[in-house]
Parts: sequence; structure tokens; C-alpha cells
Amino acid sequence: MSALSVQTLSKTYANGFTALTGVDLEVEAGDFFALLGPNGAGKSTLIGIVTSLVRKSSGRVQIFGHDLDDEPEAARASIGVVPQEFNFNLFLPVIEVVLNQAGYFGVPRQEARSRAELLLRKLDLWERRHTEMRLLSGGMKRRLMIARALIHRPRLVILDEPTAGVDIEIRHAMWGFMREINAEGTTIILTTHYLEEAESLCRHLAIIDQGRIQARSDIATLLGELHTETFVLNLKAPAEALPPLPGFVLEPIDASTLEVQVSREQTINGLFEALSRHGIEVTSLRNKQNRLEKLFLDRVEARREAAA
Amino acid sequence: MSQPAKQQATLGAANRWRRYGIAFATLVNKEVTRFSRIWVQTILPSAITTTLYFVIFGRLIGDRIGPMGGLAYIDFIVPGLVLMAVIINAYSNVVSSFYSSKFSRYIEELLVSPVPNWVILAGYVAGGVARGVTVGIVVIIVAAFFTEFRLHDLSVTLLILLLTAVLFALGGFINAVYANSFDDISIVPTFVLAPLTYLGGVFYSIDLLPQPWQTLSLVNPILYMINAFRYGLLGVTDIPLGIAFLITIAFILALGYYSLSLLRRGVGIKQ
Repeated sequence: MSALSVQTLSKTYANGFTALTGVDLEVEAGDFFALLGPNGAGKSTLIGIVTSLVRKSSGRVQIFGHDLDDEPEAARASIGVVPQEFNFNLFLPVIEVVLNQAGYFGVPRQEARSRAELLLRKLDLWERRHTEMRLLSGGMKRRLMIARALIHRPRLVILDEPTAGVDIEIRHAMWGFMREINAEGTTIILTTHYLEEAESLCRHLAIIDQGRIQARSDIATLLGELHTETFVLNLKAPAEALPPLPGFVLEPIDASTLEVQVSREQTINGLFEALSRHGIEVTSLRNKQNRLEKLFLDRVEARREAAA
Repeated sequence: MSQPAKQQATLGAANRWRRYGIAFATLVNKEVTRFSRIWVQTILPSAITTTLYFVIFGRLIGDRIGPMGGLAYIDFIVPGLVLMAVIINAYSNVVSSFYSSKFSRYIEELLVSPVPNWVILAGYVAGGVARGVTVGIVVIIVAAFFTEFRLHDLSVTLLILLLTAVLFALGGFINAVYANSFDDISIVPTFVLAPLTYLGGVFYSIDLLPQPWQTLSLVNPILYMINAFRYGLLGVTDIPLGIAFLITIAFILALGYYSLSLLRRGVGIKQ
């Protein structure tokens, strides 16, 4: 069953700017789905329409089979959204923000209180429940937006850049939490500019650019399309001269750091064997660029060149 | 999420009216908490202003003016001052609360939820009515220090009080929808509401006015409400009661319909 079904969705704003052109998108129930795209690609417009914050020009949106036009209440009841920008009443205490949202979704007050305690404890905000919003740090506000989005137990959660501006520790805790709710059956749609986040969390993705879906695939298949990967190697001892390694493209960064391009036909084992034969020992390696990031940039660039 | 929890989320739609009731109560609670928390800005100013009116117009000047409409002047101005406070506060509460929710974008909390437009409108209007009536009661208490409290007809008094508060809460809502800055929410109260209220017979009977001003006063809807309220408290009015209710209800229906159409079209809140 589709958690989200978008058909020929278009949006032209009052100023004449067309943000979406005939977008079709299906997200299966239970999926962890990444919606990627450069700034201004149409992601926020798409999410805005799905969450009833932006009016569509044409097309259809269904959430778990509920059409947004014909059954708006049932459709909205199934969604929780974590917006990109903070949208709080800054003078309300944390607990009231969550309880009010529960009330808007028809959750009785007593039930809302127990749910709020559970969520705020999980997101490490319970001790701050009486603190006014304006006194929270950016990371706390981000986590509170997640608690607010989940208080009515939606079946589909849309996270629009949930970890923007969040430190690494909190980001990893938030990833863990997202994996947990997805494992419990909640469908998640994530937009992010941290592509390692999408690669690490999501199973499927769509790339949107210039108001159109440019690619839709599962992440494993998409990563399989990478022709070459570039690795940065840290050497145990400085290499005075680089030996020729047939099939590999080597480029020294400095005496102890090496950049190597490995094609899809080659293996890392082969690279290490070749380096060992020349007495070069490697202490660590990393991807020069996140794999999904490279694919994403390649796609966007290729299409822009084609358009030009 | 567990299966029962999912079912619970879906089953919410089965009990629609209960869900509407919870959403409405949440909105009203939010609004009442808001104006109660900042009572120094929301409740106290009207108490101080009306105290000054009673001291200056009621006691100091009023004693020299003599009777008005067959009543002592201070008694005559009590209903108008109460209703003026109700009008201003019902209007201000909705215009500032709804505009703030637009400005800080937490209106999105409501827009993404399954709350129908009429519940959103009813919630904000009820918040405005709650503040208007609260301040009205405070002003009546203040008035009791200066003159003997009189109540001619309880049902007329309560009905016109509530209808007036509803009408101006709706006005505040429409103002907030169109407002693009905090300046925009003070224009109507300053340039429309205040003149209409002062010229609506708070301080005088329209019998005192020469023509054409007496006839022109009849196009001012606030005149009808103040007179109906004065009838409720004191038993005197310049205009027939039925017309006052008819006009007030007609305005409520018109503004209510217009407010809902604004919400349906997403004017000022959806792109």
C-alpha cells in the first residue's frame, strides 16, 4: 500500500513561478524514503502541498488512500510533519506545545499527557517540559518538533531537514530515534542536505530538481551506478615517489596522503595488494566524497548540462 | 508504531464530533491561557481606563451635565463603557493572537491538523468572547464602586453582550487574516472601532443630536448594540430592541461567512 501517492502535481505561485511540474511520486508504507534536491528544487513546495500548507495548482495527493481533496481530515490525521524552520509560539512552555498539537488532532488531554511524557523522555526533553520555547537551544527545538509531529501517532512522518544545525551527538541520537520509529512501522520521508544521512537511513530515494522528479530508485541500486569512487589513504610512512599502479589513478596530496580512484571493475583488495608490493602501508582510508553526494551532484550536473 | 496505536490513529476519524470538541477546547484553553498569562496587558488597561472615565465623566463632569435619557449621567454611561471594553477586547484578542500565529508561523500547527475551518474560527472567536466578557465583568465591578449596579433584563443583557463579543471577535479575525504587519492590526481599532464606539452613544443619547447627525448615527451598528445593552441594564433605549438584535445577528452571519471563506481560500495563511 502507498503511504503517499502523488499524481501529476503542479504548482505555480501567484508571482508566476512554477515550483512543480507534473510530479508523480509513490512512497510505500513502511519505507524510509529520502527526497533529495538542490535548494529551490521544489522539495519544500511538494512537502507543503502534502501537509496542506501550500495550495496545489493541479494534480492529486493521497495519503494512505485518503485523497487530500475528498477526505482532508483523514489524510491529515495520518501525517506528522517536522518542518525545516522553527514554527513555535516562543512564549509557550514545551509541554503545552506538545499537548496543544495533540488536542488539534483530537487526542484526549489525559492520553496526550502520557504520550507527551513518553516522547519527551525519549527525546531527552522531559526535564525541560516547563521551559518556555524561546529559552531552548536549537537542538532542543529540533527534537521538540519531532515530539510534536509524533504526538498523534501518525503513520507517515515527513522530516524536512530535521538535523540542520544540530551537533553530531544529537544528530546521531536523532538518527537512532528515526530508525526506531521506522522499525515500528511508521513511514518516513526525509529531506536533507547531509547525504550521508540519507545513505545511512533510507532505503529509497527520489531526486527532485527544477520542479520535476529526476530519479527514483532504491539506494543500493543507485549506488551501484557509481563508476568510480575516490578514496583518501593515509600512509604509515611518507612515500618519496609514487610507484606506477596499473589500473589505478593515484594523486599525492602530500607525502603521507594519497588520493586513489578505484573503478567499479577493481577492488580495494587489489589496491592494497599493489601498494604492499611496493612496501607502502596504509593506516586508514576514507571516501573523498560521500557516495550518494557524488551521485547526486553527477545527476544534477548532467541534467543541467543537457538542459543548457 | 504498534498496530493498536495505528488503529487508534485511524479510529480518530470514527468519533469526529468528539475530536472536534477536543480541538475546540484546546483552542479555547490556549486562548484563555494566553490572555490570562499577560493579564497586565489584556485585562488591567480596560479597568484603569474605565475607572478614569467614571471619575472624570461620571463624577467630575457628569454632576454638571445633569440627567441623560432620564437617568443620572454616570448611570447612563455605564452600559456604553462596559460594551466599549467588550468590543475592544474581543477584537484585540483575536487580531493579536491570530496575527501572531501567522507571524511566527505556528498557525501551521493548526493547518497541518485535521481541524476543520469552522472549528478554528469558533476557537479563536470563543477566545475573543472570553476576554471580552471577562473585561466586561471587570468594568461592571469597577462601575459598582461609582454607582449602584442595576439589571433590568438579564437575558437581553447576556445575549447582546455575547453577540457583540462574537461580532467583534469575527472582525478581529478578518483584520488578522489581511494584516501583513503589527501596524496593520492597530489601524482598524484606532481609525474605525474607536470613532464608531464614541459616536455610538456611549456618552450621549442620540436624541441630543441635531439632524442630519441623528439620522446618520443610525448607520453605526455599534449604536444598536449599546442601546440594547443599555436597555438590558437600565431599561432605556433610543432604538427598538428587535432591530438591534436583527442588525447584530445579520452582521455576525455576514462576517462569519466571510471569515470561513477566507479560511477556505487560505487567504493570508497559505501560498
